Amino acid sequence: MSKHVLSLLVEDKPGLLTRVAGLFARRGFNIESLAVGVTEVPGLSRITVAVDVEELPLEQVTKQLNKLINVIKIVELDQSASVQREHMLIKVRADNQTRSNVIEIVNLFRASVVDYATDALVVEVTGDRGKIEAILRALEPYGIKELAQSGLLAIGRGGKSITERVLRG
Amino acid sequence: MSSDTSTAVPRPPARNSSAPVLTGAQAVVRSLELLGVTDVFGLPGGAILPVYDPLMDSTELRHILVRHEQGAGHAAEGYASASGKTGVAIATSGPGATNLVTAIADAYMDSVPIVAITGQVFSTLMGTDAFQEADIVGITMPVTKHSFLVKDASEIPGAIAAAFEIASTGRPGPVLVDITKDAQQAEVPFIWPPKVDLPGYRPVTKAHGKQIQAAAQLLATARKPVLYVGGGIIRSHASAELLRLAETTGAPVVTTLMARGAFPDSHPQHLGMPGMHGTVPAVLALQEADLLVALGARFDDRVTGKAALFAPNAQVVHVDIDPAEISKIRVADVPIVGDLRDVLVDLDAAFLGATEGTKPDTEEWWSFLDGLRDEFPLGYAPTSDGLLAPQYVIQRIGELTGPEGVYAAGVGQHQMWAAQFIKYERPNAWLNSGGAGTMGYSVPAAMGAKVAEPDRVVWAIDGDGCFQMTNQELATCVINNIPIKVAIINNSSLGMVRQWQTLFYDGRYSNTDLNTGHDTIRVPDFVKLAEAYGCLALRVETEDQVDAAITTALETNDRPVVIDFVVSADAMVWPMVPQGVSNSYVQYARDHAPAFGQED
Repeated sequence: MSKHVLSLLVEDKPGLLTRVAGLFARRGFNIESLAVGVTEVPGLSRITVAVDVEELPLEQVTKQLNKLINVIKIVELDQSASVQREHMLIKVRADNQTRSNVIEIVNLFRASVVDYATDALVVEVTGDRGKIEAILRALEPYGIKELAQSGLLAIGRGGKSITERVLRG
Repeated sequence: MSSDTSTAVPRPPARNSSAPVLTGAQAVVRSLELLGVTDVFGLPGGAILPVYDPLMDSTELRHILVRHEQGAGHAAEGYASASGKTGVAIATSGPGATNLVTAIADAYMDSVPIVAITGQVFSTLMGTDAFQEADIVGITMPVTKHSFLVKDASEIPGAIAAAFEIASTGRPGPVLVDITKDAQQAEVPFIWPPKVDLPGYRPVTKAHGKQIQAAAQLLATARKPVLYVGGGIIRSHASAELLRLAETTGAPVVTTLMARGAFPDSHPQHLGMPGMHGTVPAVLALQEADLLVALGARFDDRVTGKAALFAPNAQVVHVDIDPAEISKIRVADVPIVGDLRDVLVDLDAAFLGATEGTKPDTEEWWSFLDGLRDEFPLGYAPTSDGLLAPQYVIQRIGELTGPEGVYAAGVGQHQMWAAQFIKYERPNAWLNSGGAGTMGYSVPAAMGAKVAEPDRVVWAIDGDGCFQMTNQELATCVINNIPIKVAIINNSSLGMVRQWQTLFYDGRYSNTDLNTGHDTIRVPDFVKLAEAYGCLALRVETEDQVDAAITTALETNDRPVVIDFVVSADAMVWPMVPQGVSNSYVQYARDHAPAFGQED
């Protein structure tokens, strides 16, 4: 199995996410991560899906997704040709004894502290999978109380846009 | 799909300041009229009541009141399958809508263009578990080509026009339009033609020339080619183009269950139906081929048997309008996405170019296939209990009615016999539930076909099990003067299940006896039942009564006819490939497999 990142340009219609997620489930594909948001074009949304599949089933799921009437375009984003980021909020134990060590780690990873309490900090980190796993390993000894993570976001490198040439007529 | 259906929906938006103000309900009826719809099948209820009011006044729309919404759905399918037009079914919210689900799923599996219009509870009540509320858009999402939830009256014409465009173009399929009751009641200016904007829907119809050339090259050099014809040929109205290509190439043709009639059975190049109950020549032709040209076929498991062992030496050219079908089951060496009607013309021309008019040498291939045809013709043995042979009944119905008739089968043994022993010469003559295998399809589908094609003789070839699932539509047929003919192939059991119990469960007949035939209490008595509905009802128990009963049915056109053909329960469908093995193990009859094919 290998990880693939698909970017779907979709019409912003009710039930769209159900259609996409349902299709994955129905055809037997596990979604590893999913992120939905607006695009620069009103009425169009973008869904970024990370799936763990072989090449051939990926082709099948892509074709099936393309058949959804509200899906306008699908692009597979190769890791080397795209910027891929995940976003995580980490609530880590930090008191007077450990706080400065924790903050040192946060700075090392160019993460930031976004909430302070006497016994904990909330750390915000953005990066690729490797960076997020690394900071988690570094913070683990201090005690991770809670995690919240976004789906993977990805965008192609270079000047071209996914919305180009799809908005004719 | 074909260009003549895709033009049904006018594209340019016209803003008309003097647009008439209509209720949403009136807009539903007006939109259907303007789309050229003449017949709809449905059953009213609370949430669709507003639509039924203007429907009563429409002179262009004939509404046929069914007795169960499933009947409306299958009738819409039969209507569409017999005529190529888009069928329409209307139901209310909640259970009315859920009763349509089986027919919608059936249409999805067999790519039948239907539009289902359902009422939905008031938009203000949605999500509150209101009376007769069901999330029918959610429920049908996996089995529709697309669906619309309309909460705003101004969106009704656009949604209905888009539904018809989506249902009838590309790979056809069912589309649901769910309309809230408040949207039906609201008054808005009616603007026609509406703006239909589907930026994500652009079916490819014209194939790449390069792929056509590659396919033509393979066809020109193949020694053992087979044209593997699926239901797509019928849906794209490409039978004439198929005939031309077949005769140009001289290649043998097999027609799947969904494609019966796509190529004339009487044609010398036709080997019959492939698959689990296919003819031995058709099954083994695919198995031994060096080239399969799949035309609107989808390598269904009932055709391929164990897919990994299917046609092991064949290269594959796969033509389909749905890119997702290509390489789904079997990787195609030459994938061609396009409308068959265009592709076949291009392929024919490319083949002639590649061969410069000389047919490839398939003499050896044909002599092998002709040997199989001589040795393993379709047939059946006399019944072991001396009772009427179901195959004989079905064969005689076909012979006495002829190829201009329409035959709608249920699901099971009688369906397979009807696919085998009726000779089809034209597309849209054979209707059945192929992909979904929906028992109960036959009677309502025949009803829909008869409405679409009133001048044709329409037979429902049904089983005693299937018939009991949807026979209430006989009331609809009698009252609306839809004189279909129903042949109940009554073997007093769920015959196909019973056959499997005979073969694979040591003859332990668990729950397959229906007590409708010989030496049973006959509940129900089909003759009395049909008479109660006002049909002409006949019972046939011996071979010498068969022709007379069929002739009477053919001569009776003032009401539906139901014939209870009481047949042997022991008759089985042969040939047969047991499930899960290579098609090379096709059995001609019980314990009688062709010796051929075992060594490879």
